[in-house]
Amino acid sequence: MEHFVGILNYIVFFAITAATYGILALGLNIQWGNTGLFNIGIAGFYALGAYTSALISGLPPSAWEGRTFGGFELPFIFGLLGAAVVCGVVALIIGAPTLRLRTDYLAIATIGIAETIRLVLSNEAWLTSGVWGLQQIPAPLYNSIHGATTRYLQGHPGLPMWLHDLIAKSYDWFYLALVLAILFILYLILERLVRSPWGRVIRAIREDEDATAMLGKNTFSFKMQALVLGAMIMGIGGSVYAHYARFVSPASFKPLYGTFIIWVMLILGGSGNNKGAILGSFTVWGIWAGTDFLTKYLPFSATQSASLRVILIAILLEVILLWRPQGLLPQKKHLSTPK
Amino acid sequence: MTILARIPQLLVYGIISGSIISLGGIGVSLTYSILGFSNFAHGDFMALGAYIALGLFTLLTGLGIPNTTFGPLSFGFGFTVAFILAIGLTVIAVILIDRLLFRRLRRAGPIILMMSSIGVSLALRNILQFSWGPQPHYYNQLIQPAILIPALNIRIKPDEVFIIVVAIVLVVLVHAFMRYTKMGKAMRAMADNATLAQVTGINTDRVIIWTWVIGAGLAATAGILAGIENKFITPELGWQMLLSIFAGVVLGGIGNPYGAILGGMVIGISEEVSTVFISTGYKPVVAFVIMILMLLVKPTGLLGRKN
Repeated sequence: MEHFVGILNYIVFFAITAATYGILALGLNIQWGNTGLFNIGIAGFYALGAYTSALISGLPPSAWEGRTFGGFELPFIFGLLGAAVVCGVVALIIGAPTLRLRTDYLAIATIGIAETIRLVLSNEAWLTSGVWGLQQIPAPLYNSIHGATTRYLQGHPGLPMWLHDLIAKSYDWFYLALVLAILFILYLILERLVRSPWGRVIRAIREDEDATAMLGKNTFSFKMQALVLGAMIMGIGGSVYAHYARFVSPASFKPLYGTFIIWVMLILGGSGNNKGAILGSFTVWGIWAGTDFLTKYLPFSATQSASLRVILIAILLEVILLWRPQGLLPQKKHLSTPK
Repeated sequence: MTILARIPQLLVYGIISGSIISLGGIGVSLTYSILGFSNFAHGDFMALGAYIALGLFTLLTGLGIPNTTFGPLSFGFGFTVAFILAIGLTVIAVILIDRLLFRRLRRAGPIILMMSSIGVSLALRNILQFSWGPQPHYYNQLIQPAILIPALNIRIKPDEVFIIVVAIVLVVLVHAFMRYTKMGKAMRAMADNATLAQVTGINTDRVIIWTWVIGAGLAATAGILAGIENKFITPELGWQMLLSIFAGVVLGGIGNPYGAILGGMVIGISEEVSTVFISTGYKPVVAFVIMILMLLVKPTGLLGRKN
């Protein structure tokens, strides 16, 4: 039974991470899946969202921290919304010079902004404590829930071990519910959006931008809206990550975890399909976690195993591109008129 | 005064790194204009070349090739052989990647190719990391004294002179190839209009092979030169330079190899001179900001054609 609870606790941890990736993949799905905007700087928005939220909701700098700014101790929701707003503004700045050009320029510019954000986070210690990162980021309602759990467990010392272990993790269950709720709300909003006339226009831009412009649509403006919306969702993903991990540093947002894996998730799940984006997130994160177990049995060092797993994910991407470019759940055709 | 006095030396550093960025940029530019996609694996082709050279050099040293150096340079016969063979092997590896992946995806369009190149980039980098580890490797540990040129108030190492000379020679060779050979003409035709080139009887597949020969060959050279300049190589070597390379290509005019050379030089010099004013850590940001400004002023770049 203890073993079972151990697995269950792992599944909760797994699901929180996968659902966070689901949020990021939904953001990418608006940009790439629906509008055809090539953003390979997801890690930048992810990091920016995480840091913004951590600074808005976090504690003031302690004596041993490098930073001198931030920590406004505002509730989680302000951190979440602040993350979305800041990411949206940065997307606006990146979109302005690039969205009138071929999508390659946006791709290059997003790599640039991700690198810039990473360097600012590493170098501007007054704001970010540099490579040490931001620590002790408060988790929403942690004190009330964890406090209640602890009191309950102290009041009931005779509980079986497995029940004790299960209850001790109540906060993780709460956070999972929170992340799934955010994911579900975003999913509902995006489903409505892509079925609206607005969604019809952005998909038309993806298929043929010139033709859409000929029909009198301001394609630049629509592309900008999609880019900003996607970046705001990525910022929310960053915020959700920061308040669960409770620690962020520049190393948390390397291009592999921050950008590449999210692309593989969306493409595997099915570009243009919101359900596919979520399915892809859980599938790819499952594969990624599974290879972690597998490579333990191979005679390689930890860094070699890590490289091997990345190579496997890269091969997975190429295999999908070659043989199933539409993904597991291909985009469905749907009418954009309200029911 | 002290700031101004540093400028000539920084210009020298800028020209050295600009040479390496330009060599990388020519390949990116050719891939863009002839194959039609932005190749995000180009930086990793550089790293691949640098590591193949390291492997061959280790092998040759093991076979007993004497380690004497050429005059004041930090390397000798063994390394030169490794250098040249590494260029050839990198070209072969890249053509294999093209046959295996890019050729099959060509019909799927430029964006799928771009995405595939990101996968190739990550795979290559991690193959290098798997084989050699993430730690730096050294071509040699010699400490080379710099030559002082008092008239210009600069110091330059013999290796650095070598890097600049190699870059100039290769740029002249590429220019002559593009300008005066039949294949060069075919490449320019295909860059202008691939379909039209095909109906006029140009063997587009051979043009593509030659594009990779030049692009990957120059990438391997750039990677090895970067290793000579930095004194060490890591699997991230090329990826770290990719943003500067792309910035140079965009600045010069994407798709124009001469623009890539000019843009690469401007980026290299700007990055070095910027260290007078801002932290060295922000070099890639300088490249990025210059690129964004160029896109705002003239998106076709310095030498780009009006479209």
